[in-house]
Amino acid sequence: MSVQHAVFIILSAIALIGALGVVLNRRLFRSALFLVLSFVGVAGFYILLEAELLAMIQLLVYVGAIAILIIFAIMLSRQAMVADDKVLNEQWALGWLVAVLLFAALVYVLVKVNWPVVEVAVPANSIQRLGESLVNPNGFVLPFEVASVLLLVALVGAVIIAREK
Amino acid sequence: MDYVLNLWVNLATDLYQLFLGWGLPAWGAKLIIDFVIILILVILGVLAVIVLTPMERKVIARMQDRPGPNRAWPFGLSQAFADAIKMLTKEMILPRNADRLIYTAAPILIVIPALMIYAVLPFGPQAADAELQLGATNLNVGVLYFVALGSVASIAILMAGWGSNNKFALLGAFRVVNQLIAYEVPMILSLLAVVVLTGTMATQQIVEVQSIPYLIVMPIAALTFLASAMAELNRSPFDLLEAESELVAGYQVEYGGMKFAMFYIAEYVNILSTSILFAALFLGGYKFFGLEEVAPVLAPFIVLGKAVAVFFIMLWTRGTFPRIRLDQLAGLAWKFLVPIGLVNLLLVALVVKLSANPWAQAGLLLLGNLIILAVTFLIITLVERRAKSGGAVVLSEAQNLTPAAER
Repeated sequence: MSVQHAVFIILSAIALIGALGVVLNRRLFRSALFLVLSFVGVAGFYILLEAELLAMIQLLVYVGAIAILIIFAIMLSRQAMVADDKVLNEQWALGWLVAVLLFAALVYVLVKVNWPVVEVAVPANSIQRLGESLVNPNGFVLPFEVASVLLLVALVGAVIIAREK
Repeated sequence: MDYVLNLWVNLATDLYQLFLGWGLPAWGAKLIIDFVIILILVILGVLAVIVLTPMERKVIARMQDRPGPNRAWPFGLSQAFADAIKMLTKEMILPRNADRLIYTAAPILIVIPALMIYAVLPFGPQAADAELQLGATNLNVGVLYFVALGSVASIAILMAGWGSNNKFALLGAFRVVNQLIAYEVPMILSLLAVVVLTGTMATQQIVEVQSIPYLIVMPIAALTFLASAMAELNRSPFDLLEAESELVAGYQVEYGGMKFAMFYIAEYVNILSTSILFAALFLGGYKFFGLEEVAPVLAPFIVLGKAVAVFFIMLWTRGTFPRIRLDQLAGLAWKFLVPIGLVNLLLVALVVKLSANPWAQAGLLLLGNLIILAVTFLIITLVERRAKSGGAVVLSEAQNLTPAAER
């Protein structure tokens, strides 16, 4: 077992404990914090795969923005200190069904697809190349710009909804 | 003599060879050296509290024309040690209805990202083929790493505010997180200007590329960064979280003893790391008129000296400006710093496209910065004049607040 395997197992444990904590906790705020733990574990996977940029974006966007948004929503929308949330509700059977089907689909894909293995090491300037291909007309400039316009529309929409009449 | 001039790198290399001589594998020797470097950085971070707090108290006292702490020997400078011992001996308190786990975890979780930031700070020149370096690592995404870890801290603050089960603590936490998120945007925009100009996100390379300090070349990015960094650090005049008159002490209100000290430590650890980053990005880092070439042994001290100078400017601002209001705080970020940051980013992108020669770039950037500043001041004057001659919207709100307080 190499160092990479050991690190992978530790990170998987962090991500899985986080995920279990999200669904098994009776307090919503603690669930949100376990979600953060899970996000951090996933960021660790990106570092293990030498995708530092993705790892940092994961921290910045998921931990720094999405988790905070979820926590704000929880705190502003219900009695956060009360621990009477039930873990199961009346739709638990449906939930099990969807979870099992999703798991089966994932396992099927994992086993069936012939995952290509690249022997070449990750280039040192991968971030520069990513940045350049995002603004390159022969690269991804169109999807990139469409995504930016979409975000801009969302931003303007949010301002219009939130503005007082 | 040559050995002394490049003491740190030579010392590390000799230690490395020594460990190899003991029969350790290369990765083991590297691990030990890295561990020692990390230990030094962590101690540096914690030392910041002991060195910067007396400086802050003394400087602010001098600015406000009072002696400041003057009993603890010598000249009150060892007051920080006395405070540390007091904090350590205080009783550990747990509020009765607090969420025990979250309440205890928050002060720990706020210090960890603060110390992790030291991993990407550049402390000295770096030979291209060197196995060992000054500073923990030269991450390709250094600047982004700084921003990402800064955003992790807001989770710890929310945990502190919520775990205390106190409405003032929770309100304080909301305020801080509101402030942190608002000022992250102009901060990223100013950092992005530097990244676009240098073409790299590694802090080490940014220092190496920088022949003229970027404070002179692009003052708008530097000042935007400084203002938003002060807001991120909750320094006065942006210290709304501990506005004593409104919020008692913000999210820390239920914390005492060592747990409170952890928040305090995190604050000063963050101040030092942000000052060092400002020095690296805008003041040329370890460069000081070629001194770092002659004597690399001095490079870490040059960095720290520049960082202390930046800290002094923060203190100066604190001693000069009153605390701003919550709406002014949000307004400054969204209505002033973000637009000017965006314009500045456009300018930098344009200049990088126009010319590849560093001196031409510097000249064009300086010119563009001056034009942007002139236009900004023109707009501000026009708005002020219009506000005075009738349509006073912003000012009238402020005037409505004062009589209510006097009534």
